[in-house]
Amino acid sequence: MVTDLVKQFGRFAALRGVTADFAAGRLYSILGDNGAGKTTLLRTLAGLTPPTRGTISMLGSTSARAVCAQFGYMAHPSLLYDEMTGLENLGYFSRLYAIRDEGRCKEVITLVGLDPELSRPVGQYSQGMRQRMSLARALLHDPRVLLLDEPFSNVDLHSAREMVKLLGRMRDSGKTIFVVTHQAQLLEGTADEFVWMQAGKIVDRTPSLEPLKTP
Amino acid sequence: MSLLSNITAATLAKDIRLEWRSKDAINSMLFFALLVVVVFSFSFDPLAEESRQIAGGLIWVSFLFAAVVALNQTWAREIRNQVLDAYRVSPAPANSLFLAKALGNFIFVAILEALMTPLFVMFYKLRPLGPAWQLIPIAALGTWALVVNGTFFAAMSLRTRAREIMLPLLLFPISIPALLAMVRSTTAILTGEESAKFWIVLLLAYDVVFTTGCLLLFETVLQAE
Repeated sequence: MVTDLVKQFGRFAALRGVTADFAAGRLYSILGDNGAGKTTLLRTLAGLTPPTRGTISMLGSTSARAVCAQFGYMAHPSLLYDEMTGLENLGYFSRLYAIRDEGRCKEVITLVGLDPELSRPVGQYSQGMRQRMSLARALLHDPRVLLLDEPFSNVDLHSAREMVKLLGRMRDSGKTIFVVTHQAQLLEGTADEFVWMQAGKIVDRTPSLEPLKTP
Repeated sequence: MSLLSNITAATLAKDIRLEWRSKDAINSMLFFALLVVVVFSFSFDPLAEESRQIAGGLIWVSFLFAAVVALNQTWAREIRNQVLDAYRVSPAPANSLFLAKALGNFIFVAILEALMTPLFVMFYKLRPLGPAWQLIPIAALGTWALVVNGTFFAAMSLRTRAREIMLPLLLFPISIPALLAMVRSTTAILTGEESAKFWIVLLLAYDVVFTTGCLLLFETVLQAE
């Protein structure tokens, strides 16, 4: 639940009093034009950008730091080391979450449709492969809340649809998922709600993409 | 192993692996320090006694400048692809990251010192007249003094536009007491004219105070926008 969330960067207000209640176990697609405040909202929910004003209450806590182990965050950049392989990257991040199961890294890499034995460093991956490896990093610790910023960008249509199916299965297993995307059509039929943002505010919440189709 | 030491070890191993593959920090430090040694050796032609008087200053100033090159690299790979955000959203303690970075820099600068010291000895015909073994704690404490503050201020200047200028601007003034102790203690051992003990104790106190301060403040620096 977010209440009167305001985020200012100098004189520019990226969020202008966002108030919303999000139920657990649902998949939300956050939509809006560039500069609408979607990424800022996601970063604020993840605890990466402290709000100028307002409160966020997630998983029974108002401190993102207290519940950060329950968040999986995927940003537009890959959040991966280019010089290391996918498995080496996940091996390092698994230590940050005190994951002892050595097979977990291979499991999530396979889950997103990549080969865990790929020996190339991430810097030599295609953009789409990097996106999928980034999703694998976000899923590594089996979080309860997934915050995904443009997960389908530069991913081919078939792989994007596979990712949507995966997100649908995760939602069905009880995870709460927020997806910021410009490719909302991919989520039609899977997302429970489309959250429309404009100029730093939530202006509408709809169960389908109808407002987009209406001229 | 506790969570702090486990994550520190993992982050240190990751940094050493990245440095081994890219050699960004080591190469730039080595070339810089080598240039300093060669340029100074052409600029001065000191007698053995004069060498003993000035070598402490030359050695530590060249190590300080070379260390700044490495310190700027430390965080550069964490900003590329915004990997630092992955650490910030994890439950890993901020101090694990700081300690791993400081230890990594300590190792890289120590390698530089081990490679460059024989060159200094050769070019300036150095032979310590005081207790030579004391150079080991001076090198260890002095290097830690440089890297602990350097790692902290490099993190602080991470989000500034001119971070490569900002780091020396922040680091050099605060390093003056440590630099003074390093130079005076090294000179004391090279000349054998006075005891270096006072300066070694000063270095130790400096390290304790600044390591504690950096550990207390690093979480604020890491989580700042």
